[in-house]
Order: sequence, then C-alpha cells, then structure tokens
Amino acid sequence: MDALLLARIQFAFTVSFHFLFPAFSIGLASYLAVLEGLWLKTGNGVYANLYRYWLKIFAVVFAMGVVSGLVMSYQFGTNWSVFSDKAGPVIGPLMAYEVLTAFFLEAGFLGVMLFGINKVGKSLHYVATLAVALGTFISAFWILSVNSWMQTPTGYILGANGQFLPGDSWFDIVFNPSFPYRLTHTVIAAYLTTALAVGGIGAWHLLKDRDNPGARKMFSMAMWMAAIVAPVQVFVGDMHGLNTLEHQPAKVMAMEGHYQSHPDGAPLILFGVPNSKDQRVDYAVQIPKASSLILKHDPDAPLAGLDTIAPEDRPPVGVVFWAFRVMVGLGFAMLGLGLWSLIARARKRLFDWTWLHRAAVAMGPAGFVAVLAGWIVTEVGRQPFTVYGLLRTAQSASPLDAPAVAASLVAFVVTYFTVFGAGVWYLTRLMSKPPEANETALDGKPIRTAGITPAPAVAEGETP
Amino acid sequence: MIDLTVVWAGIIGFAIIAYVVMDGFDLGIGILFPRLKAGPERDTAMNSIAPVWDGNETWLVLGGGGLLAAFPLAYAIILPALYAPLIAMLLGLVLRGVAFEFRWRDARHRATWDAAFHAGSLIATVAQGISLGALLQGITVEGRAYAGGWWEWLSPFSLLTGASLVVGYALLGACWLIWKTEGPLQDQAYRYARVLGIALLVAIGAVSLATLTLEHQYFARWLAYPSVLATAQVPLATLIIFTLLFRSVKQRREALPFVFALGLFGLSILGLGISIWPNVIPARVTIWEAAAPYKSQVFMLIGAGLTVPLILAYTAWAYWVFRGKVDAEGYH
Repeated sequence: MDALLLARIQFAFTVSFHFLFPAFSIGLASYLAVLEGLWLKTGNGVYANLYRYWLKIFAVVFAMGVVSGLVMSYQFGTNWSVFSDKAGPVIGPLMAYEVLTAFFLEAGFLGVMLFGINKVGKSLHYVATLAVALGTFISAFWILSVNSWMQTPTGYILGANGQFLPGDSWFDIVFNPSFPYRLTHTVIAAYLTTALAVGGIGAWHLLKDRDNPGARKMFSMAMWMAAIVAPVQVFVGDMHGLNTLEHQPAKVMAMEGHYQSHPDGAPLILFGVPNSKDQRVDYAVQIPKASSLILKHDPDAPLAGLDTIAPEDRPPVGVVFWAFRVMVGLGFAMLGLGLWSLIARARKRLFDWTWLHRAAVAMGPAGFVAVLAGWIVTEVGRQPFTVYGLLRTAQSASPLDAPAVAASLVAFVVTYFTVFGAGVWYLTRLMSKPPEANETALDGKPIRTAGITPAPAVAEGETP
Repeated sequence: MIDLTVVWAGIIGFAIIAYVVMDGFDLGIGILFPRLKAGPERDTAMNSIAPVWDGNETWLVLGGGGLLAAFPLAYAIILPALYAPLIAMLLGLVLRGVAFEFRWRDARHRATWDAAFHAGSLIATVAQGISLGALLQGITVEGRAYAGGWWEWLSPFSLLTGASLVVGYALLGACWLIWKTEGPLQDQAYRYARVLGIALLVAIGAVSLATLTLEHQYFARWLAYPSVLATAQVPLATLIIFTLLFRSVKQRREALPFVFALGLFGLSILGLGISIWPNVIPARVTIWEAAAPYKSQVFMLIGAGLTVPLILAYTAWAYWVFRGKVDAEGYH
C-alpha cells in the first residue's frame, strides 16, 4: 500500500472514533443542563439523581473525546501538510477560533462541573454546566464551518504561492453555502443520538423494574425528544440533500446510485448492488421517477448521472450508496420509535409496553451508527478532493514514507481499540446500573448545598 | 505600524509558555507516579490535578491550532518532520488522559491504569523534548516542504533534550506536590525536588553548551561582543534562581519552590527564543516567510484579543475554586 492510502485510512480511522464521542457529549451536555435546570427550578430530586447518574457517564465520554480530538488537531499537519499549507490561511483561523471560544470554555468549566458543586454552590455550578454545554455547541459550529468550507469553498482568492487566501469577507468563508444545513443536520443528529442512547438505557432499566423513578423519567424525556426531533431531522436532512445537489451534484449521484443520466425522470433506487465496473446498479429495486420527484419536485425532471462527470472526478459509489441507505433507514426507524412512544403515551402505556422498551433498547446505539454513516456519505462523497473541486486528496498529503504511516496506523489501531474499548466497557458498566435514589456525586460526597441531601425519599415523586 | 507577524509570534510563544507552565507539572506527576505509594498517596496526587488537566492540555491544542492559523507554512513543514515523536506524544496523551477517569471506574485494574498514566506521561514528555531538540538541530527543507527522512529527528542531542525535559517536568511535578499536599507525601516531594533540581542544573548546562555547537547563528547570537553582555544575563539569572530554588526547598517553603521551578522554565524558553529568533524553523524559515496573510492575522487577533483575557480569567477562577491542600478523599 502506498503512503497516501495509509494516510487516508489513518485519518478515517481516527476521525471515526473521535466523532462518536462529541456526537454523544454535545447532546449529553445539553441534557445535563436541562436536568440541572429542572432540578433548580422544581427542587425535584429525581432530576438531581439523573444529573449525577449521567454526569459520571459524561465524564468518561468527554475524556475520550478530548484525547481523540487532540490527535485530530495535529493530524492535519503530520499527515496532510500540503493541505495545511495551502488551506491554512483560510481554515486555520476558524480552527483557532474553535480552540479560543470552545475548547477553553469546555475545559475551563469542566473541572467545576465535575467536582465543584460543594465548592461553588448551586447557581455557579449551573453556570459551569451551561458553559460546558455552550462550549460543545460552539465547537461544533467552528469545526463544521471548516468542514463545510472544504465541501463548498467560497470567499477565498488563490494566492501566487498556491495558497487559498481569505477574500473580502470572512462571513463568506464561515457561512459558506453548505454550512447552515450541515450545522443544523449534525447538531440535531447529536441530540437525536443522545436521546436514543438515554432512551435505550431508560428502557433497559424499565424492562427490569418499571417502577424505577429515574428510569421512568429519563425514558419519558428521551421519547419526547425522539418524537419531536426525528421528524425535524428528516425535513432538515432533505434540505441538506437539496443543498448538496446544488453544490456537489456528484455526491448525490453516488448516494442515489445514478451512474447514467435520466433525461425524463430518474428512478429512486431503494436497494441494489452498485457495480462501478459496468456503471450500473445490479438487482436494483426501484420506484420509477421517484428520485426526480424528491430532488426536483417533478417526476419527469431530467437528472444528470455520473456519466456527465469526468472519471477522475467521480467519488467512490459503493461506500456512499450503502452508507446513505444505512443513515436514511435508521432515520426512519427513529421516526417510527418516536411515533410509537406518542401512541403509548396517549394510551398511558409508556412505562409498561414491553415491546416498546425492547425496541428502544435495540435502537439505543442507532444514533451512533447513523451519525457515522452520514459522516461517511459526506466525506467519501467529497472525494477525490479535500477542497471540493480545487485540491485533490492525492495532492494534499505529507511527504512521508509509507513505513512511517504504516507504523503510526498500527499504533493508532492498537491503542484506540485497547483504550476506547476499555472506555466503552466502563460506559456500559455505568449504564447497566439503574439510577438510584441517592446517586453519589463524582467526589463521592453528597451535595452539601442541596436542601434534599441525604433523604433520598424526599421529592422523589414522579410525574411522567 | 505594528508588525502583526511579530505579534503572532509573541502569542504563539505565550501559548507555549502557558502550556509548559500548566501541563508541565501534571505530566511531571505522571512521571513521578510509580514512586508514589499506591493508595492514598497516588489518589491525592491525582486529585490535585484532576480538575485542571483538561484545561492545561488545551494550551497544546492552541499551540498546534495557532501555528496552523498564524504560520501555516511552519506547521506544514515541522509536523511531518517530527512525525514519529509527535505521533508518540499524541498516543501518550491519549493513554494518560483516559487514565484520569478510568482508574476511578475500575478498582481491579487501577494498577494497570496507573501504569498507563505513567507511561503516557513519560512518552509524551520525552517526545516533546525530542521534538524541541530536533527542531533546534535543524530540519531539511526543500521549497515549501519537509525533505528529510522519517528518522531525521533522532540524534544524541534530541535524546539529551528529551531526557532533560523529563527531569524538568518531574521537578515541576514535585514542586506542585509540595504546594498541594502535606505529610509524608510532601516530605517525599521535598526530597525529589532537591535531587531533580540538581539533575536539572546539569541538564540545562549540557543542553545549553550543546546548542552552541549546532548552528553558527546560535554561537554568534550568544557569544558575540557586545551582545554577550546582554545574553550573559540569562545564564546568570538561571543560576540565581537555582540557588533560590534550593534554598526554598531547604527552608520547606510551600509555594515558592514551584514558582522558582516555573522561573527556570521561563528562562529556558527565553534562551530558546534568543537562539532562534526571528526564525520559526531555526536557520531555515523566518516568521515572515511562514506567516499567514494580513487578513488572517487581523481576523484572529480580534478573536484572541477578546477571548484570551477571558480564558485567563476563568482559568484562574477554576484554579482558585480548587485552591488549598488536597487529600485522598478529594474530588472523586
């Protein structure tokens, strides 16, 4: 294997691992802020217990996100130095803003959030929780702006030395055409991922004890979230797709499996096996003209295929095609789960419908899979470019010898599987324990400032 | 007209100093970790850094991200040149970073995660020291790219700087423990501070002398007359601070040893600056050649100007919240 391919595998491997953690911690930080806010507002102890329960999990997830993210911030230089040199003047400042406005905010307040409640009191502690939650969102803002600029570059001029230089306005760079859609779609995905994970854990404990007040509360909250957010996500995802069709048509062609152009209405291929050698989809199950209907709102609208794209500019079809179907399939499954929970709620069976709980457990990890699949669609769909249409992946890599990259790749694989494997094991251990009426804080002490401290029975009243 | 390139060199320099000041001692505790007794002593040491390590490490991200943003060419040349040590550093930081959480989540394997914490801290420190040495001894550049092999960083000099940084961070760690703990653990830290202080004196001397032989520029910068009258103040001040450090340890002062240890790092970084200024890649690329365009510098300067004071304020607040002596019950 050549150094370029190894570097691509290494980046894909490390970013995929990394992406799972922020996808969870963005949603979880907001969930914790909501829990603490409700606790301060209502004084209901079930919220305090859930806060402490999920805070322990958040601490482990966040630590893994931090260390795997640190790797990413250096890997742009170690493995993609030509890209860094050329795109640095444009994307570097955005990444610097991410560090200055997000990473420091998260890290600065994390210590207080995790260990400080007895030292600073409830109100300041809530400020710390809000700061961490805000930090995770700001971080998503900047890094998705960078990623979107690589997909739909605008606002730059080309320098004589081959660098992309900032043009007249930074606004055009930060708010490039795909950014609003990508940001909305990705942040909602993080919320949905967290809702499904929380709902899955709640359902797991309801299956064992349907009277556990913490499990009831978290399941109910998570199912509200899924029921409200999943339909929004389907809508936003569609908008994002239309935006991609406008700016990166080749990516949509790969998603749809459209090797050939369809002058009078393109079919929607539900399933099939992309065959790039013969430029067709084998065993296709398709709905005639439905793709034109979805993408152009007209069943007879012509849709161009990959045959209109120069062969050296085409993205790989198979990976994009399959990842897209996984993402969309899971999205509709989430929509179904949310609807089911609404029906259960209307019939007052939210906490005793065993099959609903089993389905929620099964869907617990679905968000993570969908988020990764979506990431693969957008990143592989950008190929063969790093900066879409302008800088090829093959011309972006560092001048490294293949053995160097092979050695580092092996080291990453071994370390990540060991370390993050252990981390996921600890997470499952934490989550397999039901939320108790008197969850300990991270410092193992009761919360002294809390009026409800050692009397767990107080305020454990539960209203779904 | 202020030269923004110089301003940005100053900001990156500040980030490096902030990183060494803040992450140095928590890496140092990792280096000393196997010498601390398992149980309450290790738990205390860990508790003394648990609330702040993440913020400390963020300065390293700012160093990397800031270099990309302000000096993209330097970022693009240096990082591939230091490929092996940097990857080792990142993996070391992964190991030690997760150990903070994992050791509390798994009592049966606590010894394993303690070992990971130590190994990760040691690897990261050696790798940082080697990277510094490799940069100082010069890297091969052709056009806008690194042109050397993937072992170019390895030399007796870079190994010396690697070992020296281990001694330095360990000293910072020992002085931090003096400040934040009491009883037998503090006694132990006083003993280590004395030994490590002597070792660091030797190490700084050896690295300084060896540096003079590397490049003509370094030699001229330090020893040419009359600038030698100014530059000679640096080793002089270093010797004075060493004396103060040893005295404060002997007098069993609480916070002063840490302050003096930081002073030694400050002077070492100043010395480094004297050697390489105004280059960002010693003897190859100046800060002006590597600088981002004016518009990028201005855009970032607005952000840095608004946020860095705030960051320093809330970082100080977080340290203030967790002030005072720590015990094994601590925060966990």
